Amino acid sequence: MKAIESLKEKFSDKIISHDSFAGQDFITAKKECLKDMAVFLRDELHFDFLSDLTCVDYKGYPGRENAPRFETVYHFYSHKTKERISLKFPIEETSPNIDSLTGLWLAANWYEREVYDMYGIHFTGHPDLRRILMYEEFKGHPLRKDYPLKARQPRIPHED
Amino acid sequence: MGLETIFGNSFLTSRVDEAVNWARKYSFFQYPFVTACCGMEFMSVWASTYDIARFGAEFPRFSPRQADVLFVVGTVNEKLAPSLKRVYDQMAEPKWVVSFGVCATSGGFYDNYATVQGIDKIIPVDVYIPGCPPRPQAILDALIKLQEKVSKETVLKYKGLK
Amino acid sequence: MEILEKIKKIAGNNSVETTEDGKIVLNMGPSHPAMHGIVKIYLTLEGEKVSDCDVEIGYLHRGFEKTCENINYNQVVPYTDRLNYVSPFINNVGYALAVEKLMGVKTPERCDYIRTVMSEISRITDHLTCIGANAMELGAFTVYFYLINAREELYKLGDYVAGGRITPNYTRIGGVAKDLPEDFAQKTQEAFKVLEKNLSDTEKLLSRNRIFYDRLKDTGKITKEEAVSYSFTGPMIRACGVDYDVRKDSPYLVYDRFDFEIPVCSDGDNYARYLVRLEEIKQSVSIVRQALKQIPKGPISSRDFSVALPSKEETYSNIEALMAHFKLTFEGPKPPKGEIYFPVEGGNGELGFYIISDGTHKPWRVRVRPPCFPITSALSRLIKGGYVADIIATFGQINMIGGELER
Repeated sequence: MKAIESLKEKFSDKIISHDSFAGQDFITAKKECLKDMAVFLRDELHFDFLSDLTCVDYKGYPGRENAPRFETVYHFYSHKTKERISLKFPIEETSPNIDSLTGLWLAANWYEREVYDMYGIHFTGHPDLRRILMYEEFKGHPLRKDYPLKARQPRIPHED
Repeated sequence: MGLETIFGNSFLTSRVDEAVNWARKYSFFQYPFVTACCGMEFMSVWASTYDIARFGAEFPRFSPRQADVLFVVGTVNEKLAPSLKRVYDQMAEPKWVVSFGVCATSGGFYDNYATVQGIDKIIPVDVYIPGCPPRPQAILDALIKLQEKVSKETVLKYKGLK
Repeated sequence: MEILEKIKKIAGNNSVETTEDGKIVLNMGPSHPAMHGIVKIYLTLEGEKVSDCDVEIGYLHRGFEKTCENINYNQVVPYTDRLNYVSPFINNVGYALAVEKLMGVKTPERCDYIRTVMSEISRITDHLTCIGANAMELGAFTVYFYLINAREELYKLGDYVAGGRITPNYTRIGGVAKDLPEDFAQKTQEAFKVLEKNLSDTEKLLSRNRIFYDRLKDTGKITKEEAVSYSFTGPMIRACGVDYDVRKDSPYLVYDRFDFEIPVCSDGDNYARYLVRLEEIKQSVSIVRQALKQIPKGPISSRDFSVALPSKEETYSNIEALMAHFKLTFEGPKPPKGEIYFPVEGGNGELGFYIISDGTHKPWRVRVRPPCFPITSALSRLIKGGYVADIIATFGQINMIGGELER
């Protein structure tokens, strides 16, 4: 049985949608079940490799006016079956938090710090959630759609 | 016209200038502040094909206090800016700055929240090298330009007399 | 504590910064001779042993992802050059493949071959730079010159094909910018001759060199399980005994048509990484040779004018092509609504592009999965417990590339 089918069967009530685009599977699910799904993927379905973890800001995306603003995206890969699977978890702007995967994958630590830095998503249970690419004094989260492209916040004064 | 005509060109200060400048321009001790892509081209210039040693400028000094020329190689962003300023401040006079590549010169095509739009907003620059990254020939040309500039300087400048 | 007392005695009482329990706190970086690339390491030292450390990155964050959201699809290509600037062709190819998959475009066979050849040449330059710089930092300056000279030959080759030494900006969506020159195969053979000679010299100088061996062997060691958990890819994970290579496991372009091996070493230390990289260079040379034998004649870009620019002759003689030329230059390609994650094997490992399209000419989101990022996140784990001198060896073998790490 394909991994995706077993995942759908196990979490049938939590999965919001299953999109397939250009041969790739994207599963959208409720954010409460992230940890359970990740454990199931890793331990039962052999997806031992957290390939990437990122976030998307859908503010102003055509056709998603009423959907939650953010979505965290997890790309998994299995060294055993050589399959890929991507999970997406919508996150409301009003409560930007989701469980941390740091206990399951060591790589999640920095990935999550980056998402926090760029989007301001809080990962519950992360041991060391602070900025990684920007500096401490920086205000706001640059990859959010409402952060202007050229809004600089210099650390030392610039001369002209 | 008085004494000067007797001395001709051999008047003391100008001769000291020339000797000092001659020594300085062929013995640059550089501090490579290498940040990004341009560093790859900088490595090429160091190596034997282009051989920056022909200009007496091959020797990197990784302590700013021992260096004369600061090569800012690559993009400088807001996070790094204080470090660059600090390195520059630590260098002893006389010192020169070469802005290497278009990112260091003007920010290049990175015009966004993170990048500094040219290091001359933070520190003074003597020679700019355009290019993304500049080809080795351009770098050698910049070095010759810097040598020309150095040969025109006077020691009085650093005594606060000129 | 004895050592500390001694240091204090030599250095005078106040010049060593210490914590309450007598450890030395040291900042390494962001501009440090051994950190070729800008990263800052806060070290807590017990004598010469690293008892604790924290790695800080972000000194080359240039807002790549935000910039991409504000420009059209073709304009992103030059920015991808500057991600991993040691192997620029691979980034170009990875990005182009991702967008093509999003649009459902098929590229001609010759284009695939050209992309493969240029990617492999890039991989060689990447590994040469890594080994050369690492050797230089460990004191083997001659090797640096040998390898940089070999790299120079390959840069000339790239220059000859694409017109740029380091930032070639070579691929277009749906094809490549221009065809290979006629005598490319011959020039490649000449460059490879220099490369192979310098490489064999390097091997003789380094592989069984007592100093080099001692400094790399058993330093920066990590187990297979940890490496997988840290999401290592590329030479780093292959040095830990996992034969993961995107070229073999999910083949793209024409990699399934070549006969090549994936070198794997099970030690998981710096020396294993060095050996894997060395062997990969040889495999890449073999791939390029095979590809140049098989390469077919034909077009180099897709014939779909909504994706790739028509040739200049056609533009000036055919009204359809002229219109397409204008439209594509001003607006760029327009993929349908959707999203794609496409991985390729970069110099440092899995380089993934996650692109979301909202159906307009500008990408909604371009996310790069930088292979360096998870690897550098393990840096503090790799150097903890070792000596200060080992940091240099480990950091060199990690091959951290700022442009890709911080984007």
